[in-house]
Amino acid sequence: MFSFVVRRLMVAVPTLLILVILSFVLMYAAPGGPFNSERPLPPEVLANIQAKYGLDQPFWKRITDYIWGVVAHFDFGPSFKFKDRSVNDIIAQGFPVTLTYGFWSFVLATVVGVTLGTAAAIKQNSWLDYLAVGFSVGAQVLPNFVMAPILLLVFTLWLGWLPGGGWNGGEWPYLIMPVIALSTSYMASIARIMRSSMLEVLNTNFIRTAQAKGIPMRRVILRHAMKPAILPLLSYLGPAFVGMITGSVVIDAFFSTGGIGTFFVNSAFSRDYSVMMGITILVGTLTILFNLVVDILYAWIDPKIRY
Amino acid sequence: MSLLNIQDLKVSFTTPEGEVNAVNGLNLSLNEGETLAVVGESGSGKSQTAFATMGLLAKNGRATGTINFDGQNLLGMSTKALNKVRSQQIGMIFQDPMTSLNPYLRISEQMAEVLTLHKGMSKRDAINESVKMLDAVRIPDARNRITNYPHEFSGGMRQRIMIAMSLLCRPRLLIADEPTTALDVTVQAQIMQLLGDIRREFGTAIILITHDLGVVAGFCDRTLVLYGGQVMEEGQTETVFANPTHPYTLGLLQAVPRLDREELELATIAGEPPDMSRLPAGCPFSPRCDIAMHRCATLRPTLETLEAGHRRACHKPIAEVV
Repeated sequence: MFSFVVRRLMVAVPTLLILVILSFVLMYAAPGGPFNSERPLPPEVLANIQAKYGLDQPFWKRITDYIWGVVAHFDFGPSFKFKDRSVNDIIAQGFPVTLTYGFWSFVLATVVGVTLGTAAAIKQNSWLDYLAVGFSVGAQVLPNFVMAPILLLVFTLWLGWLPGGGWNGGEWPYLIMPVIALSTSYMASIARIMRSSMLEVLNTNFIRTAQAKGIPMRRVILRHAMKPAILPLLSYLGPAFVGMITGSVVIDAFFSTGGIGTFFVNSAFSRDYSVMMGITILVGTLTILFNLVVDILYAWIDPKIRY
Repeated sequence: MSLLNIQDLKVSFTTPEGEVNAVNGLNLSLNEGETLAVVGESGSGKSQTAFATMGLLAKNGRATGTINFDGQNLLGMSTKALNKVRSQQIGMIFQDPMTSLNPYLRISEQMAEVLTLHKGMSKRDAINESVKMLDAVRIPDARNRITNYPHEFSGGMRQRIMIAMSLLCRPRLLIADEPTTALDVTVQAQIMQLLGDIRREFGTAIILITHDLGVVAGFCDRTLVLYGGQVMEEGQTETVFANPTHPYTLGLLQAVPRLDREELELATIAGEPPDMSRLPAGCPFSPRCDIAMHRCATLRPTLETLEAGHRRACHKPIAEVV
């Protein structure tokens, strides 16, 4: 197991390197630059600025400098758009926000999704099942950019219960709506996956054996069926967790939470190369990390999997 | 007073294609410590009879009639009440040992929970007791191997474990649903020998569901031949084997390969097992019966008693069958 983790972490290095090179190439290939604007700068000014940020250098020099900076100094460079702020600053400021509401979204989506999916499977073809399936379909087709304004309309404008936006250090009234808006569609997917895998498990011979042993249904579900039923969900939960903790531009835009979602999208639009690269590397690293966590969890749950 | 008494059991399933009648008015009784073989082709309703007894029918299944076990009707019993009967009074082992144990739990966990739950034992006592039972079914090195997972055992070993697990609470009845079908022949013999030892040691009554007549012959006191969810013939095993009186029993016995005779071709029963959603009004076997008469297709034969404990359901006089 230990050697498996070490091996996987070693594979992660070239994977990340490929990610960096690919992103860099794509960025380089995209037309325009951070200092192009409606009103063009005088050529000599533009040349000056480009020289300052090293954009006048040839491609191979820029990419090797960038990678060297990241590896040797953990320096992701300065932002091209926000003067006097480095990418490290931006991520250090925005990521904790995203991490907070993303984490709670994950917890909510997983707990509710697993419970709902399990309950629906146990009571297959009952009103509870139809309700759960209906919710899953509904929540999945309801995008969060529709969900968010509806929440704002109801809870802020009509009822006046919750603040309409802001972060305020992540106090819970500011957390509720972002978490609900972000988690709903994940919750729906989790419930759907859980329902179908639980249904499958409940039809297996070993569940019949457990019932023949006179074990109460509750214990049959929790002790005998939960582990195998959760396996197919795991491979979904890893990427979903990363997706949630790296946030969403929709959430940041509607609730003014100030997470990295906004920065990511804006950086792409404004060709803020370094911010875009920084967040890409962050998301890539987290993805690799949590896929590894999922693989470790697999081995922990399924005794037949040994690395 | 019999231990198990099934009266007029009917099991049916609601499917998109219509109502499927798996068991059609089955009667069965079993005494304490007795072994009964329930024999028939696939789809004859043997397994569903067992599942109905254990309350393990699929969700779309329904059972009517009475299943009296030790004076209480198991049909219509709440799951909670049934859970007290399962394992403690009636144990069950299944056809496929490869998939009948939970692959995600250690053998120790799967066995011990039976005892902690039903007997209120501590985990440690439960595991000690489980080890003893594994020793009894001759799992080598049981003390250490009990912490293994099912996939670390062979099929035969897993069936032994299933048997040990079903016997933990010393049930009075063990239902073995084709316990050797999925195993190879030498292992089959070992498992049957083990079941025989268990009957002697614990005095457990056994219902052996099988389509293997060879297994029945050496093992069971009585034999019940099922077809289309109905009893065709029933009697002491020797009687049924030596003097079969029903065309179906006869056909089954002739279809057993024999080493002591030089036959070029194995006898078969022509036709296919019946479609349980469209059984004939009369004898279910009549479409495949060589000697069927007119009324066989329209009138259902009743079980008639020939002599003590030997019964048959056939319109044809015995002399014309044999």
